Amino acid sequence: MIVAERKPLGEILKNLEPHKKVLILGCGECVTVCMTGGDKEARETALALSIARKKAGSPIEVKSHTVERQCEPEYLESARHLVEEADVVVSLACGVGIQNMNEYYADKRTLPGVNTTFMGMPTEQGVWTENCLGCGNCVLDETMGICPIARCSKSMLNGPCGGSQNGKCEVSKDIDCAWHLIVERLMKFNKLGALQEVKEPKDWSTSHHGGPRKMIREDVRL
Amino acid sequence: MTKSNLQKVLESGAFAVTGELGPPKSGQRDVIEHHASHLKGVVDSVNITDNQTAIVRTSSIATGRILLDMGIEPNVQMTVRDRNRIAIQADVLGAVALGMKNILCIQGDHATLGNEPKAKNVNDLDSMNLISALKKMRDEQEFIGGDKLDAPIDLYIGAVANPFADPFEYRPYRLAKKIEAGAQFIQTQVIFDMERFERYMKIVVDMGLHEKAHIIAGITPLKSLGAARYMKNNVAGMIVPDHIIDRLKGAKDKKAEGVNIAVEMIEHLKTIEGVAGVHIMAVAWEEIVPEIAERAGLLPRPTFD
Ligand code: SF4
Ligand code: SF4
Repeated sequence: MIVAERKPLGEILKNLEPHKKVLILGCGECVTVCMTGGDKEARETALALSIARKKAGSPIEVKSHTVERQCEPEYLESARHLVEEADVVVSLACGVGIQNMNEYYADKRTLPGVNTTFMGMPTEQGVWTENCLGCGNCVLDETMGICPIARCSKSMLNGPCGGSQNGKCEVSKDIDCAWHLIVERLMKFNKLGALQEVKEPKDWSTSHHGGPRKMIREDVRL
Repeated sequence: MTKSNLQKVLESGAFAVTGELGPPKSGQRDVIEHHASHLKGVVDSVNITDNQTAIVRTSSIATGRILLDMGIEPNVQMTVRDRNRIAIQADVLGAVALGMKNILCIQGDHATLGNEPKAKNVNDLDSMNLISALKKMRDEQEFIGGDKLDAPIDLYIGAVANPFADPFEYRPYRLAKKIEAGAQFIQTQVIFDMERFERYMKIVVDMGLHEKAHIIAGITPLKSLGAARYMKNNVAGMIVPDHIIDRLKGAKDKKAEGVNIAVEMIEHLKTIEGVAGVHIMAVAWEEIVPEIAERAGLLPRPTFD
């Protein structure tokens, strides 16, 4: 899933200073699951904003609403009435949803209410970790299903580096060294020899470094 | 092909001695000259760190040229942290044009550990890729992307090894991989845990790796108890055993004891099979290196015409 964190209330408030009528728009997908931008959080955020503005002596009308999936245009129409009524929208969806809103309702501004952080998964209650950088050329088959691009702090193809100690990454004791995990899993499957092949430099052109990407499927186009 | 002094020493079978210099956080040539002057004639080649621990300093290649002007052979450290393959290959050519031959391929500490923690970590290549790239540039006159160099270059390719990083079982294999990729000499992380280093070297020798590349063991004289504790707790991939800390604690003159430990360690390293030399890292304490080298019986250094 795509993981996001809500922006600090102060930052959202600052952006809303000139506005009187605001719509907080949640999304029913990833940000609901990571408990950042679903219906519950949209209501909470709306309430918190209206209390803060009242206290500051400049009350604001805040409504909240949640669409099923903010990252696809089809799902945005249901919010039309509320969007048109508001001066500005604050989206609690990921960066994709926020951009979709700005495009779909081009006459209205939709501001970010979250910081979109990564593609990852929950590892325990209340904890999410990054797993994939969308590099466009997956090597999980070579690394026993553990991503060296997203989970190694140096995105090494020939790891581990010299900073790996006690299974932890040199960057922080809170980060597992991906290459330690890869080596352990290779040993478990008796495949450590596979690591002796020197991997060529990665082709980053399939990742964002090749420019913004687009997927075209002629077979499903209309 | 003309060889670097370091390559000549190692190939002659003499026990090599390398030093290390950390360029300043300034553009002061005289400061570089001052630190380097202590190492002249005492070591075979001087490593010049490349923004070590991700802290911005004078460029290693520029510093290398200053050393050459002083008649000291540099060993240019090159990390993959701050430059992509375009910049790295350009810098290799630049270093060669300025007269440098030894290049030590390093991954580089993560930028979050240094003084520009908000920097983008490049890591376009990894350290293994860098070794292969240098070998390809030298042996095939070809860049990573396949384009050809206009003329051959001379390089002596080095890599680092850390016997104190984990997983321990994998470390000798990682060394084998670096040698396979093209590393001709290896400089190790600073050794304090001699027992672990000996275990590592035993495996390395059993694998025959010491016959494929020259392995130079890393030593740092401890200047104070604080320095020892700092290394133990704050330096990535370093082990400082308690008996070393205790020994310093018990000593009246910590500096002298630090030097004693270093000299004893070098004497010991000379007896370990597969160790081809020592790399003395006394950054910001270069003036102590002549004494250590003298007492460890490493002087005079061999010369070649
Ligand atoms: S290798 Fe690339 S595509 Fe595969 S998980 Fe890692 S970042 Fe994602
Ligand atoms: S310690 Fe492990 S995860 Fe961290 S940079 Fe090194 S190899 Fe990658």
